[in-house]
Parts: sequence; structure tokens; C-alpha cells
Amino acid sequence: MKIRSLALLGAAAIAISAMSAQVQAKTFRYAFQADAQSLDPHGLNETFTLGFLGNVYEGLTGYDAQMNLIPLLATKWETVSPTVWRFHLRKGVKFHDGGTFDADDVIFTWKRATSTESGQKARASLISNIRKIDDYTVEIETAGPVPTLARELAWLYIMDKQWSEKHNATEAAKPASAGRENAWATTHENGTGPFRVVERQPDVKTVMERFEGYWGKPKTNVTKVIFTPISQAATRVAALLSGQIDLAYPVPVQDWNRLNAAPGVKALTGPEARTIFLGMDQARDELTNSSVKGKNPFKDIRVRKAFAHAIDLNAIKRAIMRGASWPSGLMWAPQVNGYNPKMNVPYKYDPALSKKLLAEAGYPDGFTVGMDCPNNRYVNDEKICQAVASMLAKVGIKVDLLAQPKSKYFAKVTASGGYNTPFYLLGWTPGSMDVHNVFVNLIACRDKERNRGKYNIGDYCNKRVDELTDLIAAETDPKKRQAYIDEGAAILKKEYGYIPLHQQPLSWGVREDVSVAQRADNVMDIRNVVVNR
Amino acid sequence: MLLFIARRLAQSVLVMLTVALIAFTLFQYVGDPINNMVDQDTSLAERERIRKQLGLDDPVHVQFWRFVQNAAHGEFGISYRLRKPVAELIAERFPATLELSMISAILALAIGIPMGIYTALNRERWPAKLFMTLSLVGVSLPTFLIGIFLILIFGVQLRWLPTFGRGEVVQLGWWSTGLLTASGLKSLIMPAITLAVFQMTLIVRLVRAEMLEVMRTDYIKFARARGLKERAINFGHALKNTLVPVITIIGLQVGSIIAFAIITESVFQWPGMGLLFVQAISEVDIPVMAAYLMLIALVFVIINLIVDILYVVIDPRLRVQS
Amino acid sequence: MTDAAKPSTPKTALGRFLDSDLWWSFTHSPVVMLAALVTVVMILSAVFAPWVAPHDPFDLASLDLMDSLKPPAWMEGGDPRYWLGTDDQGRDIFSTILYGARISLLVGFLSVILAMLIGVTVGLIAGYFGGLTDAVLMRIADIQLTFPAILIALLVDGVMRGILPPGAHEQVALFVLVLAIALSHWVQYARTVRSSAMVERNREYVQAAQVIGLPAPLILVRHILPNVMGPVLVIATIQLALAIIIEATLSFLGVGVPPTSPSLGTLIRIGNDYLFSGEWWITVFPGLALIILVLAVNLLGDWLRDALNPKLR
Repeated sequence: MKIRSLALLGAAAIAISAMSAQVQAKTFRYAFQADAQSLDPHGLNETFTLGFLGNVYEGLTGYDAQMNLIPLLATKWETVSPTVWRFHLRKGVKFHDGGTFDADDVIFTWKRATSTESGQKARASLISNIRKIDDYTVEIETAGPVPTLARELAWLYIMDKQWSEKHNATEAAKPASAGRENAWATTHENGTGPFRVVERQPDVKTVMERFEGYWGKPKTNVTKVIFTPISQAATRVAALLSGQIDLAYPVPVQDWNRLNAAPGVKALTGPEARTIFLGMDQARDELTNSSVKGKNPFKDIRVRKAFAHAIDLNAIKRAIMRGASWPSGLMWAPQVNGYNPKMNVPYKYDPALSKKLLAEAGYPDGFTVGMDCPNNRYVNDEKICQAVASMLAKVGIKVDLLAQPKSKYFAKVTASGGYNTPFYLLGWTPGSMDVHNVFVNLIACRDKERNRGKYNIGDYCNKRVDELTDLIAAETDPKKRQAYIDEGAAILKKEYGYIPLHQQPLSWGVREDVSVAQRADNVMDIRNVVVNR
Repeated sequence: MLLFIARRLAQSVLVMLTVALIAFTLFQYVGDPINNMVDQDTSLAERERIRKQLGLDDPVHVQFWRFVQNAAHGEFGISYRLRKPVAELIAERFPATLELSMISAILALAIGIPMGIYTALNRERWPAKLFMTLSLVGVSLPTFLIGIFLILIFGVQLRWLPTFGRGEVVQLGWWSTGLLTASGLKSLIMPAITLAVFQMTLIVRLVRAEMLEVMRTDYIKFARARGLKERAINFGHALKNTLVPVITIIGLQVGSIIAFAIITESVFQWPGMGLLFVQAISEVDIPVMAAYLMLIALVFVIINLIVDILYVVIDPRLRVQS
Repeated sequence: MTDAAKPSTPKTALGRFLDSDLWWSFTHSPVVMLAALVTVVMILSAVFAPWVAPHDPFDLASLDLMDSLKPPAWMEGGDPRYWLGTDDQGRDIFSTILYGARISLLVGFLSVILAMLIGVTVGLIAGYFGGLTDAVLMRIADIQLTFPAILIALLVDGVMRGILPPGAHEQVALFVLVLAIALSHWVQYARTVRSSAMVERNREYVQAAQVIGLPAPLILVRHILPNVMGPVLVIATIQLALAIIIEATLSFLGVGVPPTSPSLGTLIRIGNDYLFSGEWWITVFPGLALIILVLAVNLLGDWLRDALNPKLR
């Protein structure tokens, strides 16, 4: 394996030097906290895995460094009717094995992405049919109007029909059957992207090389990529500081000063579209963990209001987040479609008001309540929870904090654990970057049949907001839609359904002789990497 | 002797089965694997379907029985997280852990035993006191802190040694070794030291304690009275008698080296089984956890067997009456 | 430690104790005396932390993020109220160390004592009776050893959560830790005691005791136990340190004490996040406290072992 890849490498090196004397070998080494789960582009719909595979595979569309939608395997597209889109495909595109890309591959990809085990089912099922007009033109039909279709297609990577058929990989593999059925694509790739995988040991190391037959002319000058997952933050930072890697992400926010002070290294930061917030159980008649028995204090709006005004967002920003957070009054970030800056007014810090409200609600001495918190999911999550606990203590609320690793935390607080939490911290990035996603998952009343309110852990429920969720989904007039969104936001705020905290930062550490683009969705696209050494 | 071994083997199978049963009871509490296998937009119905497909909705004893049946065929399933057969994953990772553990064990023994003997024989000399104090300091430092400090000093400040991974490895058949390349050897230094420190301190103290104990026995006193050379007494008689408990502990240590390797491997991102296991816990990768535990159980059972046999060989008084 | 010393200490008045070799060797070793002093001071200040510490870091209402990340008082930007500085939550490091040591010591002592009780009993029985009893007990020990402490803790934690009401988390966490650490460490005692007991039971004096018809429990406790105390003490001293370190690892996995009432181990773990960021005092001071404490306890253990060993005299 090793010998063979070395031989390949040698051959590639000779080939490159033969073609042009100016092209030098430029190796780019980077590390993330985890590995891509699979090489199958229709496996898990997870940001890192898809972002990583985006260097190897491509969709019809894609995003540039500034998150603008750009054509990739399609050259242009137009809407024939609200439910029919016509895509013109790029000619002369080769897969890594030399196969040619055409309309059949698009149709094949869509069908594969709808197969039982596909992680892309939700995306693929937006499409009801794809018609082949000619080898390089397709018409995509949707069941209802899907204004965001072109954006969604950026994440639906095109696979080669012939290659998949040859390797019996025409369906996405079952999670528990890789290595047996349809599993070729979980460990092998054949994309159209600028890099191809030449060596992969899951969780240890992945080596990619420049694909010489690539159709485009990306900005990058990288010829070889070595990716290593490093799970411990301290080890990741150490590897960067010691010069073993060129880029590490995420890095702890408290290490920014160290990185900037160290020679040849710097921190690269920006706002992430993830909103961190607190939720309260408003459904049960008695909280699962509280000193208050026989009733649920969170059903009283005065208690929720008291909680909201007891939390000092700016103190959290300064002390815990090192100034690198954006306190929020909304459940969605500025990058999310449907954001209205006028509505973004955080609850004011006013502990005196909180105390008064608690007394009015019948808790002059406060009460005890359990709080659930992940300790390895969001930026400084556990520290934020601790700070919240001490802020609430000042108004008389005693918090019994349970901070756990994300698997145990999610198992307890989400549907599979029966939403077993009285008070919790959660973060949310809408996958579609549209506010409707936030409404349907976090704000709409819980409804298992209709797949709504899945992450509405505290079951905040308001009839009008529920209606608005549907109106936002269907409305195509941007003005009217924004009015619905603002109405929903206002009701949620008035009712203290949630307590938004902040948007957390993207936090990368990078060597100064490497230029990279930090995309707002935290995706590392090697097309934008230039090595200057 | 053969009967003894056969009986112990039968017992071992029972041990392994019990380990598997306990492991499966335990998995109910480590978290929900489904959540790590789907994305936030996956519907509840889809989640239930995957749960059913993986057999996670079955009662514990059904899951356990299925596991035992498959394991008997050498089939340990597919990692939920890495989507690769567990047997392959472990075969890939096993050499890394074994090389690290063996090198640290050799390091710990090679330094620990002479230091233990020296401190026992020269109790009042200052180097003995220094060794003892050092061994106490070594035992007082959390493993992960030792690792981090080594990284800070030799990796980040001095830049002498790589801070993570195994370096370049060479493939010898299915075995990947880092012992044959310069970068592989360099990468091994810090993790091996980190892992060896604790074992070494334990060995020093143990050898010293046992040696002192033996030196006071009548047996040694007689030897001394007979006018045997001090050297012959120390190494011919005393050391030999020290070995019984030392072997027990060292046997046990091999196990705890593997357990401690979990922490060392995650600090240095050493691609061994420990790291695989830690990540399996955090992602609730049940097939990997089950296979790892079975493997550790197997290693322990074998070590125990060897230790018991060695007992009989070294100390005839311990012949097991059957 | 002193509990373990009892079997061989003469059960008589103070006067005889002061005459004993124990006291003699104690007063003639300055290192041991220093270690004893440090241990006593640390245990006392931990026990009386609420009266000794300038702040109460477990009282969340008294914390203010305005005071967070202050360096030690003698450094630039330091605050005289917090002479070892503050952590990310605005807790006084000095007070947190005292309160943390309290929890660490409690977890350490309780788990070591519990592990020792289980291990010594099992080891004596297995080694003395041999045969089927031995086989069964040692197979249980094998199974036990197979599980890393971390996993045992997860199991104990999970089972306890199932049994106990959800509200009790904070109080329960400590006992879950004790149980988890003890359950994962009794085997070392058992195996060591067993191998010594196997040797001892073939000795003449034990056989003589058997011949005159002394009951087995009496033989075990009176004749075999003193002979195995040496190795047990070595293990116990080392395991006290180990218990505290494992506690830190477990806290990291979410099974430990809650971050709102941290132990020394948890403090080091939290401080570990600040190793690169320059706030070294968050991790260095609790680390030093831990090392000094463990070192002192170990020195005492060493001395006790040498001084108490009946074969020395």
C-alpha cells in the first residue's frame, strides 16, 4: 500500500516536472478535530465531511470564498417555471478515473441520493424528477416551489454512473454494512474535483494530490495535501506552533494571543452562523430536576423573563469568549436568509428586575433547577454554562449543572432521551442558511408526524407562530415573507420562548506563509489555498 | 500441568463471555449512537429506521447473543463512525499500540528494576534518596500533564521532536512499524516516555520494597552467615526471591500500560487502539467498543495465564494442588 | 494510612507509643517530619476550608466575571484580594485550591479505603483457601481488570443515575466517583495479597495454627494479614495519588464532580485549556498543590512501611 502510493507519488512527480518546469511541489498540511466519516458523498450530511469531500467531488453549483453561489459542473441555469429548472452542464469534465461527465451522471446521482441509506435524502427528495434534454442539458422538476434549489445542489456531489455500476455502489451504503454491500464508495472516490485521494487511513491520515485532468483553473498552487485529524485542542495548537502543520481548526479562542505572538503563525477568525441559546422546558407539569414540586415554574412567563434579564451577555463575551462573540437577540445569525438587523435586540441585563419578577411569581428566595450542557460541542460551552449558573445564582436561582460530552448530552436532551431536561444550552446553524429551518426545527410546536419542532426541546408552542412557520415556507414575495418572519420573531421575543446568547466565532490557526480563505460555513476549500514558500 | 492449562483456558472463555455481557449492559448508558450517524435535519422516523436496522431496539440479551454468534465467526461488525470493518480497523491500529506499549514497558523495566535494586541495596546513599524522591514526583503527575509539558518543551519551544502522530511508517506485510524510519523513532520518544514514567516509578518502588523484604529473611541471613559474597547474595538469592510478586505486578502492568495508553495516545494523537477506543466512546461507536474490550480481555486472560504458569515454574511451593 | 498501621501498633497508652520505634524513626527523619507537617496542614486547611479560605468559590452568587482571569497579586494587573489570581469564572485560585483539595482528599481516601477493604479480603480468602474459591475470585478479578477505570465509572454512573432521583446529581457525583475508582482498583490488592498469602499459608507457623485448630478468619487476620501489609501499603500510597488523577480524567469525561464545585484534578484539567494562552496560574498552582500533597502522603507512606514492618525488628 505504502510502497505503491510512493511509487504513484514518484510517477506523479515525474509527470508534473515533465509537463512544466515552473510547477513546484507544494504540500499543504492541515488538521481538524475529527475525520470525514466516509468518502461516500451521499453518506452523512455533515458540514465537515461534505466540506472535505468538496475538494474531491463537485456539485452542479458551489460556493466561492465569500460564500457567493458559483457554477461548477453546471455552467448556467434558469427557471422555466417555479417548479422546473434547466441546468446547462459543463463540457469536457473528466472524473478521476478518466470517465466523462454528462447528463446521465446527474440523473444517476439524484437517484443514488434518494436510496434508502442516503444521508442526502432530504436534499434529493426536493426533486421530483430530472429529465435529460441532451447530453449536456437537464431539466429538474420539484414538487413545490423550492427557491433555494441551486443552493441545495451545491451539496449534492455528482458521481460517475459507470464507475458506481462497475463497483456495485449504485446505492448509498448501509451504516452497518460497509465492507460488504455497496461499500466501495465509502473507501474509494471518483470525483471531478481538483484533488484526488491517493492514500487514506480513517482517523489517521488522508493524502490527496492534484488531479491533472481538472477542468478548472483554481487559485490554489497546492500539489499535495496531507490531512490529519487531531482531536485534542492542545495537541492541535502544539502541532501548528511547532511547524508540523500549516493550518489547524478549530483552535481555542483563548489561544489567539499566543498564536498571534508566535513567529510565523496567526489566528484567523470571523463570525460563524451558529447561534448559541438557552432553552427552558415549558411543556411538563413538573420539571424533571427542580426544587419546585407540583408545578413548572417555566410555565410562568415572569420566571422566563427573570432568567432572560439575569444573564449578562457582554460579560460572557468579554470574559469567556475573549471578545469574540456577537451577543444576539435573535435565534438566527446575520448570515441567515431572513435576518433583520432591526429585530436583533438582546434582552437587557437587569438583575434587579429579575429578582422582582421572581418574587412576583412566588419565588422570593429563588429555586433550584437542573441544567444540561455539552462540554465538547460548542466554543467554550461548559464555561458559558458555568457563567450562566453564577449569574443566575445572583438572583437566587441555584443551578445544578450537568456538563457532559456531546453524545451523552444529546442522548439525554433530544427526542431519543425523551427531551429529558428542564434547562439547557444548545447551538443551531440552519443547514439551508434560511430562517425557515430555524422555525421548523426549534420554534414550531413539537409534532412528530409532521417532523416539526424536532429540536424544540422545551416545547415552546404558540399557535400563531406555528401558522407563521407554514406561511414563511410557502411565501415567495420577499417583502411579505420578511413581515411573517419579523412577526414570529417579535412573538417569540415577547413570550421569552428562548434566551439567545450569541453567535460564536470561527477560529482557525494558520501559518503566515500560507494564504487561505475562511468561509463563513467553516468549510476548508483547498481551491483557495496558496502556499508561499 | 496440561490439565491446569486446559482448565484455565475453559475459565478464560467464561471470562470473555462475561466481559461481553457486561460490556453490552454498559453500552446502554454511553449515549445514543444514532445521533452521531445522522444530521440535524434527519426525521425521527428515519432515525427509528436506522435504529431498527442496527438492531439497537432489541433487548440487551438479544444484542449480546447476536454479538457472541458473530464474534465466534470472527465477525465484529462495522464501525458506525468510520464505516469500516472493525477487525480491519483494529488490525491497522494494533501495531501502533503494541510498539508504543512494548517500548515503554522495556523503558520502564530497564530503568525501573536497576533503580529499584540500587535503592534497596544502598538505602542511605543520596542517589537512592534522589531516585525515591523522583519516583514520588513521577507518580504525582497526571499522565496528560506530563505529555502536554513534554510537547510544550520539546515540541513547541525547542522543536526537537514531533508533537503528534507516528511519523513515517513502513509496511511489513500487514504490520506497520515506525521503528525503521528516523521520523518514526523520533515520534515515539515523547509518547513512550510519557507512558513509561508511571510504570517506572511503580516498578522502582515495588522492586525496592520486595528486595528489602527478602533481604531480611532468615534465608538471606543464613547465606550471609555462610560467608557468601555480597554480590552473590544480592543477585543470586535476593533478586530471585523478589521476582514472584514483581512478576505479578509487571504482568498486571502490561494491562495498565494498555489502559494508560488511552490517555497518552489521545494527547499525542498516536494512531493506536486507545485513541480509536476513546473516539469510539465519544461517538458511541458500539462495534468498536465491543471489539476493543474483547481484545483487552483476551490480552489480560493470556497474561494472567502466563503469570500463573511462571509462578509454578519459579516457585515450586506454589504448585497448584488439583 | 493510620488505619492500616493499627494491626501492628501495640494497643496501649501514649507512653508506650512515644517509646516505640515508630516514634523514634519519626523524630529522627526531618524529611518525614516535614512531610507529616505538610500533610497535616493541607488536610486541616482542606477540612476547615470554609474558615480558612478568603472566598467561597462554591457560592456561585459571589462570583463575578468582572474578576475573571486576574493574575497573581504580585504581578502586573493583579488584585490584592486574589493573591494567586482568579480563573475564567472569577474564582479565587487560592480558595478554590483549598475547597478542591477537600474534594480530592475525600474521593482519594474513601476510594482507597474501600478498594483496600475489598481487595485485601478477596486476596486473603483466595490465597488461603485456594482451589475453587481462588479460581472463581481470580476470574472475577480478571474480568474486573479488563475494564479500564473509565468504563467502570461510566457503568456505575449510568446505573446510579437510573436508580437515584435526577435532582441528586451534585451530591451523588462524589460517591459515584468513589465507588467507580474503588471498584476499578481493588484487584491490585487482591492479586498481591493472594500471592503473598499463598506463600504464607505453606509456612510452618500457619500450619501450626491450623493444627491447633484456630479458626480460619483468625489465622487470616492475625497471622497472614500483617505479613502482607507491606505491599498493600505501597499500593495504597500510590493509589491515593492515582485516585486523584483518575478523578481528574473522569471529570473530563463528564462523570466527575460538576465544574461548579471542582476538585484539584478538575482544576488542573480546566487549567489545561489555558496552557498556551498565558494564564499559567490557573493550572500551575493547583498542579503544585496536588504534587506537594501527593508527595507528602507518599513520603509518609514510605516511612510507615519501613517503620511498621514486623520483620524489621
